Amino acid sequence: MSSAKRTPMVIPDRLESRFAAGLKSWEMLLIAVALAVFAVNALASPHFLNPWNLSDATFNFTEKAMIAMAMALLIIAGEIDLSVAAIIALASTAMGLALQFGADTPVLVLTGLATGLLCGAFNGLLVSGFALPSIVVTIGTMSLFRGIAYIILGDQAFTGYPSEFAYFGQGYAWWVFSFELALFAAIALAFGILLHATSFGRLVYAIGNNPTGALFSGIRVARVKFILFLLTGLMSGIAAICLTSRLGSTRPSIALGWELEVVTMVVLGGVSILGGSGSILGVVIAAFIMGMVTFGFGLVNVPGIVMSIFIGLLLIAVIAAPILWRRLRGEGFA
Amino acid sequence: MMARLLKSREALLAGAIALLLALVSWRFPGFVAPENLARIFNDTAILIILALGQTAVILTRCIDLSMAANLALCGMVAAMLNAAAPGIPVGALLALAILTGAALGAINGALVWQLGIPPIVVTLGTLTIYRGLIFVLSGGEWVNAHQMSEPFKDFARAELLGLPVLSWIAFLVVAAMAVLMTRAPLGRAFYAVGGNPTAAIYAGIDVGRTRFAAFTLAGAIAGLSGYLWVSRYAVAYVDIAAGFELDIIAACVIGGISIAGGIGSVGGAVLGALFLGLIKNALPVVNVSPFWQLAISGTAIIIAVVANARAEGRARRIILRKAEVLA
Amino acid sequence: MLHAPSTSIRAKTPLLTLSGISKGFPGVRALAGVALEIFPGEVTALIGENGAGKSTLVKILTGIYQPDAGTIRLGGAEVSFRAAHDAAAAGITAIHQETVLFDELSVAENIFLGHAPRSRFGLIDWPAMRRNAAALLDRIGARIAPETRLRDLGLASRHLVAIARALSVEARIVIMDEPTASLSHKEIAELYELIERLKAEGKAILFISHKFEEIFRISDRYCVFRDGECVGGGMTAETDHNELVRLMVGRSVDQIFPKTAAEIGAPVLSVSGYSHPTEFEDIGFELRRGEILGFYGLIGAGRSEIMQALFGITRASSGTLRIDGKAARIRTPAEAIAQGIVYVPEERGQQGTIAGLPIFQNITLPSLAKTSRAGFIRLAEEFALAREYTARLNLRAAALDRDVGTLSGGNQQKVVIAKWLATRPKIIILDEPTKGVDIGSKAAIHAFMSELAARGLSIIMVSSEIPEILGMSDRVIVMREGRIVASLPREGLGAEMLVRAAAGIREAA
Repeated sequence: MSSAKRTPMVIPDRLESRFAAGLKSWEMLLIAVALAVFAVNALASPHFLNPWNLSDATFNFTEKAMIAMAMALLIIAGEIDLSVAAIIALASTAMGLALQFGADTPVLVLTGLATGLLCGAFNGLLVSGFALPSIVVTIGTMSLFRGIAYIILGDQAFTGYPSEFAYFGQGYAWWVFSFELALFAAIALAFGILLHATSFGRLVYAIGNNPTGALFSGIRVARVKFILFLLTGLMSGIAAICLTSRLGSTRPSIALGWELEVVTMVVLGGVSILGGSGSILGVVIAAFIMGMVTFGFGLVNVPGIVMSIFIGLLLIAVIAAPILWRRLRGEGFA
Repeated sequence: MMARLLKSREALLAGAIALLLALVSWRFPGFVAPENLARIFNDTAILIILALGQTAVILTRCIDLSMAANLALCGMVAAMLNAAAPGIPVGALLALAILTGAALGAINGALVWQLGIPPIVVTLGTLTIYRGLIFVLSGGEWVNAHQMSEPFKDFARAELLGLPVLSWIAFLVVAAMAVLMTRAPLGRAFYAVGGNPTAAIYAGIDVGRTRFAAFTLAGAIAGLSGYLWVSRYAVAYVDIAAGFELDIIAACVIGGISIAGGIGSVGGAVLGALFLGLIKNALPVVNVSPFWQLAISGTAIIIAVVANARAEGRARRIILRKAEVLA
Repeated sequence: MLHAPSTSIRAKTPLLTLSGISKGFPGVRALAGVALEIFPGEVTALIGENGAGKSTLVKILTGIYQPDAGTIRLGGAEVSFRAAHDAAAAGITAIHQETVLFDELSVAENIFLGHAPRSRFGLIDWPAMRRNAAALLDRIGARIAPETRLRDLGLASRHLVAIARALSVEARIVIMDEPTASLSHKEIAELYELIERLKAEGKAILFISHKFEEIFRISDRYCVFRDGECVGGGMTAETDHNELVRLMVGRSVDQIFPKTAAEIGAPVLSVSGYSHPTEFEDIGFELRRGEILGFYGLIGAGRSEIMQALFGITRASSGTLRIDGKAARIRTPAEAIAQGIVYVPEERGQQGTIAGLPIFQNITLPSLAKTSRAGFIRLAEEFALAREYTARLNLRAAALDRDVGTLSGGNQQKVVIAKWLATRPKIIILDEPTKGVDIGSKAAIHAFMSELAARGLSIIMVSSEIPEILGMSDRVIVMREGRIVASLPREGLGAEMLVRAAAGIREAA
């Protein structure tokens, strides 16, 4: 006993380098899948490798992927927001309404951002303020937000957005790189830094792994969750600006069903739906995979709904594969 | 006793429904006429049936987002078979729809049970897969009323003792589920597994198997509803009941079924569905645009969640004797 | 009760025989080749410290866990339990340490879930279930209505429901895992009577406890567990306290609790009139610099609740708090940490460590402000901080970037303590600091507590283990039903006094 006390063990910081660990990661698997999809697409259609076609393909996912960045943080923290598509609808409707009062482009943008933030704050207040389960709260607010859009618009549509407003969804930042793609890259970088390099990101992981333990470690759990809902609302507002600008009109059914695609993107990216783990890089790659699959199927004239079968299978397969693999190797159920 | 009744979620919800009926009938007495109430019930019958299937799943601390897609797929299978071979009796098609639904539900259940994938992910995936399969099966084509045989279309709409068969089936499902949930070991196992999975294991209940049973049951109910849906509306296409999965969950949540599992009742789910059905039918009567419905049900869900959380509370450890006497 | 040990050993054949039972978990070897015999009509006491493997054995006997190796023989035939119902069908029933019951279900259903009386068509017969439940509750002397929802019951009543549940099956073997921990004196007496009746019915009883008093009171045989092994056993009548202690710890008491005298200084924390609507009332005490203040009481006496209020997890409804003589308010854990109060919780897995995060991140979690600049984390500083404190606590781990969940209980506890020391606190509250901790780590934690006190840290230690309380505390506060009932100095303190105060028994004249 006393001899053990005299010889303090030297514990190494790491057993393997971060590079070695990185090679075995989920992200590497996703990169392999992305390359495979890219190769199959390139072989299947001669039009695929055209830079402008590839650029067009990015419009399939950039708006959803922006929301997926914030959703990733939220899911890592053990919460979820199913109201994101409804926030798009409400933010877009609010912009349309502002347009009727003669708002110019800066005011439209501010309206979209403010609506997103307000919706996020509402979700955050309900979830952290009242300690309610986010899945049901956001199913409720999903109906509420889109419902308000329906009350305002009915079966009508807002159109006639100013021409300079079109830049956000249709403009190009440089050569084939669209404004949306550039914006997404900036957002992804910002979220990557926030999650992986700051103490706020550490709190997100801690809360997701063990919310009680996080509370007992002095973390203001409710406040962190509130901020995450706020961020998700903000990203939905940004996506609403891009989408409205790209479509040039607002209908209450805008972005219908996107919440499930965003969640799929996040889970495919390796974020555990149970919270506690995942990375921004994984979600970014997953977004590209989903975008390329959609685009590739489109090039060979496969309808979008068949593509959704593929996405659904992919979602289950990527989660089931490691579990089956462990079981085959006889590591049991742990 | 009075206090207990006031605390009961079902009683509160029934009170809210009575108030709603009273308010509407104050201006529009015709709304509470028996024929109109029967019509509203029939209109809500499928939602009631589906909410009961979802209740079983939610009680076990799971969720099934694929119920509406399952419904649409089974409805399409039944409709296409009927269009291709009108000779097959309706009873056989009904049984086939239920079996197909049960099989699709069993797939969800097996993935949750055997692979331990979270239910929300499994059913998010199968939701898109089942919906996509309808397109693959039908090639995107509709099955219209004129392609369906008369008995196929008449089944749900035929009247029996003054009520449509659809309503009778809803009554039957409610009765069967009530017996299952309160008197059958499987039903009580749903409560046990959702209420405290660890304790369920200690009590000798197989948690995974019980969840599998709940998903299969919900699938069978979705299959039944699939046939009823295409029979009632006499049309089948890819997007029938799209987004309806959220209405089903809304009915459960409003009915006091706790998303955390283990809490809820058949009566609650039925009332939750009826509440949504009443709102939907009352809006045109009171001259409010039907576009209000979504926002109203959203608000109802949020109020229900807040109210349920208050009622459930957190079981406090009570130490002071004084407090225990008061409690 | 007089025994004729030598004849009874030969006369009886064991009902249950375990041999070579082993069970391991990641990072822990819970059982290592356990051999045990249990006889009909007798109470076999299983004694051992927390973490000795007793509860794991119970879970194996009830089919919750499956052993990695070894055989279980029941009446001569080898059996294996793949799930809880297998063990129940074989006639083994158990009262588990934590009451594993259903809050939302009625008392009657909690008792009969899984084997409820059935009517025709295989449906549950509710009236019969309520009748049977009432009869069972009556039999154990519990005055609880079968219709009551479990969540409306207090801790002791819940435990009685758990006992009723265990007795609701036709069992040959009844296992009781620390059944008296949360019961009052009267309820314990009723339980002893029940045990006598079960013995008379020829049932074999496995009674797990670490209270010597009750072991000598009711058991016929004993078996001492240490580090997952049965290290000694025999007839209870042929042994004494000293031998059991020697077997349990493998060394004498003063060696495990090496509390060194520390200089006790000025008051650091003074609490007065601290109350909570349901958990505690009018709590007042003073904690001094360099002092280890013990809190003793039965489980559910309100000790943890006070500590959690001091740490800002819950809020007291009234009362005042002074830290270093200045009035203080603590509404959140963050405020407590800022005031220099930290809390090592009893529920280590749930509240202490964050499994899924690496060791070093667990340690730096409350100190992130120190290891980051403008919100950006400095990894090198994180590792440096983690290295410093893991070395001080003599942590055993493969690497600092390993998941904390892979460590043994004792090493996880060291991580939690390291996490708090890194915040440089003034007051450290340790709630059952050595629960579920192996012997080696336990001694290390105790030694470290002494060292901290000697350096001027003030320590509050909540413990239900009398030897730990006696060995480590400078002063002991005893609680009962949410109130402080005694404050006793170290000098002349005995186990007897503590137990009497905690159970509310007046001093015998």
